[in-house]
Amino acid sequence: MKLEGLKKIWKEYQKEIADNNYFYVRSCVRQNFFPGSETTFLRIMKEELGKNIYENPCHTTCTAIGYHGDIIPLDTVMTVVARQFALMTESGYENLVPSCITSFGLYTEVLDTWHHFPEIEEKIRKYLKKATGREFEKPKNLAHASDIIYKFCKEIAAKAKYKLINTNTGEPIKVVDHIGCHYSKMFPSKGIGGAEYPYVLQGMIEAWGGEIIDYPERRHCCGFGFRQFIVQANRGYSVSCSKKKFDSMEQYKPDMIITNCPGCPMFLDKLQYAISEMEGKVYGENGHGIPVFTYEEVAGLVLGYDPWDIGLQVHQVACEPLLDKIGIPYDLSKKYLDVNGGCLGKPEKANVLKTY
Amino acid sequence: MKSLVENLFDDIRIKEGLKACINCGTCTAICPAASFYDYDPRELTVLVQNKNEQQLKNLLSSDYIWYCGECMSCKTRCPKDNVPGLIIEALRSLSQDTGLFIESEKGRQQLYIKRVIGGWILKYGYCLYLEGVGTNTHPEQGPVWDWRQKNWSETLKRLGANYKGDGPGILRKIPEEALEEIRKIFDETGATARFNKIEEYSKKKAAEMNLEFGDGLDNEYFHHISTHNSNKHNRE
Repeated sequence: MKLEGLKKIWKEYQKEIADNNYFYVRSCVRQNFFPGSETTFLRIMKEELGKNIYENPCHTTCTAIGYHGDIIPLDTVMTVVARQFALMTESGYENLVPSCITSFGLYTEVLDTWHHFPEIEEKIRKYLKKATGREFEKPKNLAHASDIIYKFCKEIAAKAKYKLINTNTGEPIKVVDHIGCHYSKMFPSKGIGGAEYPYVLQGMIEAWGGEIIDYPERRHCCGFGFRQFIVQANRGYSVSCSKKKFDSMEQYKPDMIITNCPGCPMFLDKLQYAISEMEGKVYGENGHGIPVFTYEEVAGLVLGYDPWDIGLQVHQVACEPLLDKIGIPYDLSKKYLDVNGGCLGKPEKANVLKTY
Repeated sequence: MKSLVENLFDDIRIKEGLKACINCGTCTAICPAASFYDYDPRELTVLVQNKNEQQLKNLLSSDYIWYCGECMSCKTRCPKDNVPGLIIEALRSLSQDTGLFIESEKGRQQLYIKRVIGGWILKYGYCLYLEGVGTNTHPEQGPVWDWRQKNWSETLKRLGANYKGDGPGILRKIPEEALEEIRKIFDETGATARFNKIEEYSKKKAAEMNLEFGDGLDNEYFHHISTHNSNKHNRE
């Protein structure tokens, strides 16, 4: 196919991403599991890229996990979303940037439903007005936080202290990407690369010197499944989904996994531990697992941020093997300290999975 | 009174998610739940498309509608723009609104989700609020999680959080006025009514099953629904 033809096709998989002045809404999952990632994202936005990004302290959960756990009715979740839009409008912003993929998918879905059924939008406006007195404008631009990092990945590369290169071999770091299902499976045109050619993380990895591995179960769900993980009796669903992915990627010997959804890195990290305890199986080299990262952490690493400032100490699978390959220095004696340098003790060793 | 079929087809998600199934089975091929559970979104879509009242009642009372993980992989691939995942969402809403959810092992778990996730939303304004949630109920989380639980606020502070603080930031205290707005939205839009129904029907079922029922997370019925697995859900 001629290059022009390819460019034309690829255009369908691009999306509009605002350049500045973002209204940031946080992720419940990321705040609990990977707090350092949100801190790192805001640091990059403000200190490296000089962007204006604002958070209104009155925003709440969008309730999407409750919605997909089916306890929250559709009218309720849409009205809570409308309230977030109202806070954005009242704060003088029109570019909405959610940290969470489930939220991003929900906002996309709500806007799509209102587009096709304007009478529902009217109903929700009345609900919101009655319950809170608030009114809102819809966002002019909706982009997930990973879209923003993708948009500026070349600027980040220009400031980078490290490249995703294995300093032992001189080869690019081999990376498995995992795109959260609700990023583009529901509305492929709203995600970079759509659902079939996910490029949001691949673009970052390539810009920073690494190489993406395409493998059979690349698009398979991590296994969250909402109620399937939340309720203990159902959790085998989550473990089996993650195992399917690990089994599929193992033969390609990835150096690391990168994710854009807040929940997926938790599953891909913690369930490597669970599988090692259940079956004695470890997927990485030398008894370690395959290190799992959020895209904010990877951006922070290439920019030269201290690994313990971005939160790598809260991962179950040791991240040090990747840091060693790239040549990123770290001080193990500072890994488990508090903000004042006080010692917080150390996690116990796992039975199978090797940790530092 | 409207029939179950009429109620189901009033749901906007049925309008969005059920056009005309051609039985190709693409959804089943891509579905993570279908590879784990004895579940088939193609079969489900055809069954709903039949609009048979008794079949629908049986479906709403069964484990079958609770197997989907709502990953929405089916939406990407259906050549006719059907979305079995959206049909599932509508079925689950109707099952709870009619009280039929308590007739199945998986349906009864809604009380767990209501009290845990629903409880966090109303009390803290977050879908997850994991201080004190340890490896006793989440053994898959492992020793680093245990370490974090022991040092919850210190590790949050180390990573730049504003834990329980005023103003913006990670796991900040969400202002009482904001929580009050969320509660009013719940009252106005049906969430409070659904929560009450889940409680009311679960209490009845607990009595029928002869299990102790109480408020909170520590009673016989609550433990039972969260941990019991009859192991009759998977493919042979």
